[in-house]
Amino acid sequence: MMGSETEGFEEGRLYASKEEMENLVIDDPLNDTKSSYSNYRSAMSSSAISETHHPLSPSILVTPAESDPLLSPPPYRDIRNPSGQRESSYIEPPAYADVIFSPFDGDHFGDVNGVESPSRNSDNSGRFSRSLGSSSSSSLASSSDYIKITVSNPQKEQEASNSIVPGGGTYVTYLITTRTNVPEFGGPEFSVRRRFRDVVTLSDRLAESYRGLFIPPRPDKSVVESQVMHKQEFVEQRRVALEKYLRRLAAHPVIKRSDELRVFLQVQGKLPLPTTTDVASRMLDGAVNLPRQLLGESSSVVAPHEVVQPAKGGRDLLRLFKELKQSMANDWGGSRPPVVEEDKEFLEKKERMNELEQQLTNASQQAESLVKAQQEMGETMGELGLAFIKLTKFENDEVVFDSQKVRANEIKGFATAAVKASRFYRELNAQTVKHLDTLHDHLGLMLAVHSAFSDRSSALLTVQTLLSELSSLQSRAEKLEAASSKIFGADKSRIRKTEELKETIRVTEDAKNVAVREYERIKENNRTELERLDRERKADLLNMMKGFVLNQVGYNEKIANVWTKVVEETSGYAKESS
Amino acid sequence: MITTLMEQQRSVTASSQSPRSPSSQPYLSVSVTDPVKLGNGVQAYVSYRVITRQTNLPEYQGPEKIVIRRYSDFIWLRDRLFEKYKGIFIPPLPEKSAVEKFRFSAEFIEMRRQALDIFVNRVASHHELQQSEDLRTFLQADEETMERLRSQETGIFKKKPSDFMQIFKDVQSKVSDVVLGKEKPVEESNPEYEKLKHYIFELENHLAEAQKHAYRLVKRHRELGQSLSDFGKAVKLLGACEGNSLGMAFSELGAKAETLSVKLQKEAHQILMNFEEPLKDYVRAVQSIKATIAERANAFRRHCELAETIKLKEINLNKLSLIRSDRVGEAEMEYNELKAESDEATQTFETIVRLMNEEIVCFQEQKTLDMGTAFHQFAKGQARLANGIADAWRSLLPKLESCSSS
Repeated sequence: MMGSETEGFEEGRLYASKEEMENLVIDDPLNDTKSSYSNYRSAMSSSAISETHHPLSPSILVTPAESDPLLSPPPYRDIRNPSGQRESSYIEPPAYADVIFSPFDGDHFGDVNGVESPSRNSDNSGRFSRSLGSSSSSSLASSSDYIKITVSNPQKEQEASNSIVPGGGTYVTYLITTRTNVPEFGGPEFSVRRRFRDVVTLSDRLAESYRGLFIPPRPDKSVVESQVMHKQEFVEQRRVALEKYLRRLAAHPVIKRSDELRVFLQVQGKLPLPTTTDVASRMLDGAVNLPRQLLGESSSVVAPHEVVQPAKGGRDLLRLFKELKQSMANDWGGSRPPVVEEDKEFLEKKERMNELEQQLTNASQQAESLVKAQQEMGETMGELGLAFIKLTKFENDEVVFDSQKVRANEIKGFATAAVKASRFYRELNAQTVKHLDTLHDHLGLMLAVHSAFSDRSSALLTVQTLLSELSSLQSRAEKLEAASSKIFGADKSRIRKTEELKETIRVTEDAKNVAVREYERIKENNRTELERLDRERKADLLNMMKGFVLNQVGYNEKIANVWTKVVEETSGYAKESS
Repeated sequence: MITTLMEQQRSVTASSQSPRSPSSQPYLSVSVTDPVKLGNGVQAYVSYRVITRQTNLPEYQGPEKIVIRRYSDFIWLRDRLFEKYKGIFIPPLPEKSAVEKFRFSAEFIEMRRQALDIFVNRVASHHELQQSEDLRTFLQADEETMERLRSQETGIFKKKPSDFMQIFKDVQSKVSDVVLGKEKPVEESNPEYEKLKHYIFELENHLAEAQKHAYRLVKRHRELGQSLSDFGKAVKLLGACEGNSLGMAFSELGAKAETLSVKLQKEAHQILMNFEEPLKDYVRAVQSIKATIAERANAFRRHCELAETIKLKEINLNKLSLIRSDRVGEAEMEYNELKAESDEATQTFETIVRLMNEEIVCFQEQKTLDMGTAFHQFAKGQARLANGIADAWRSLLPKLESCSSS
């Protein structure tokens, strides 16, 4: 099979190059390999805000990210290929297209299906559309990129002894193996152990860093299911879901290059990403700080670097209140907010997305019913066959007359056919499930779309809030000017107040500019992602239809053959008119 | 009217006794047609037109006779035949509908009509049963006469069909008790016959199971058809939302799915009529044989009892003649009466045995033919369906190809 051939080939070559890489001197500064790139999280650290890096530039070129100083540097450094060229593709991604859609030639179908991984549809189809040569807007992401992630080997581990629960809690870790030719990983193959909590962390950090992008949603926490299901079943279900999730992340043109993902896949030991402290403790921090803010002891102005994150979920309660007030003013106030969502195209697209979600839901439900009906058809056909097999055995055991022998024979032929047909129905259905899963997958992606759209609205809200604040500060400043110009003597406290006010205005102005840039960036993300989603969805759904139709054709031909044989065998019983 | 395969089959067997040679076997062909719902509310019932078509029997000469009959009339005929022709496997009748709701559904009525038609024709083509006077009455008497006869029945035959079924069941359980050795056995010690009884009882179980699954399969076809139709609609809506070539592809897919849904519904009906019904008929036939087995057991018991009684009477008679009692004459008369009865009982029993032996051969042959036909029809239908589905989906492929390249 083509897939396995190339994999074997690729492994050989990778091995050689890994050795090569290890022998190289690794001392290049990380900056060299970077091209201009918008660092999404750079705003968090001051060092990143330099002239060379525009924190909020609208372009989203897909190049390696600069590692954030907050993170420990990854152990695998970037290796420079001695020839100075980027590793070109000596590894073809498996041609799933050929494997899935080879024209049905009878026996081929059995093989096809065994090879495929459960998450065939969404992650490969993106590549499928690209390998078809359809124009891709991401010029750099080519079919030479290859990241294959496998999740396996779940193991129970003990919580560290400093847990509250005596005896410690246990949790499950999964072995996550990555094979890749992407140089930034510094190696062709590596593994780490991670627990589900780490996945939640990864997902949360990605959501913060990549606002406006359609980030594949992570598997559910499934608290109820973990209690109700058998442990083994649940763990297996989760393993499959994790694999699917990580593969989707690796298929996203931007996320696949993110630090967060790389660190998750590579860094041994504890996951070096800041964990998501729960909302309560953050709110608590914020509540503690609030009085100080109100009294003016603590800053009541949003720092520019905080502006790039939404107010909700943050520690700054005062900012949260201000934005809440602004959103109410937007909805109920008399005047129009200073800036609104004007992009008509966007609003139309949003409407379309909602409609699409509805139809996907509907189609997904009907697909489920269809699959169930096909399953039951196969089962009942099988039961019918078995009942007749029992009958034929019975007739043979109790045979007295020749006519019984003849009949027993006919029954056997019929029963055999029914059992065969039943098997085909069930195989057909197993394939149908895989194909129609595409509908479920894209429905799941709608979550990501909603998230990205809400990133946009919250960024807009931040801008609106800052603009309102700015205008009220400015009017205060004017009043103060007017008042002080009337008084002859300079009032020391009044001068100080004016100075303070001017400072506040300046900082707020900065924050506003940052917020505007962030908003624009997110808008652009939304736009490109919508394009990408539409493209990939179209390709995926066409694939789905093709696969579904091909399967139906193939298996129904097989079923027809089975019954045609019976028709021939029982042709003696045919009547003149049928 | 759609001629089902069973009716066709019946016409073939009838035509094998065709009128080509005048001295050929007697034949009689009947049609049960035109079901019409009559009456109101609880009293409502369905009437059928019974037409005596082709015949060379002298009793039926004259213009084509058409009578109107209802289900209970058929029951009457069956009961009369059962009573008169012990030993013969009386053709089975369709059951009375258990569920009120479906009593007048088109499908139910058609299935019943078909079964009644087959019943009458089986009676009419059986060399002995066709000579029955009751059959003549059934085929020729006017409605009033029929009604009078129907309500006149005494004894067990006055009962409603459901009651008869109950008695039937009682007889069945009594027989199985006897067979299973629960009661004090006054039964034949005939190993071949034992084997036959065992075979019949087991056969019913196997057939009932097969029939159950056949019925379920009909439902599955209907369900698959329904879900394909729903899926097709949903896919069309999705296509309308997507637009462009993708939308067109979806809309074609949806349309195909809806077409196939219709095919599936048709096939479901075919399976019901040409596969599930014949299986049900087989089950009923086996139940009819069980009733005959019960009759034979009764006949045997009576024969034995009378034989016992006769012996005692004989001894008594001899005793009396020895002592020259004046009761000898009386006793002799009694003895002669009883002897006649005993002889009759023995004859009845032996006739039943003889008839059953003939009948079972016919039965096995007929059932091989019936099942072969049913399998053939089923396989044809399934092959046609599967090919139809494959063709329909295949025709979509070029469209999908052109969509992805656009």
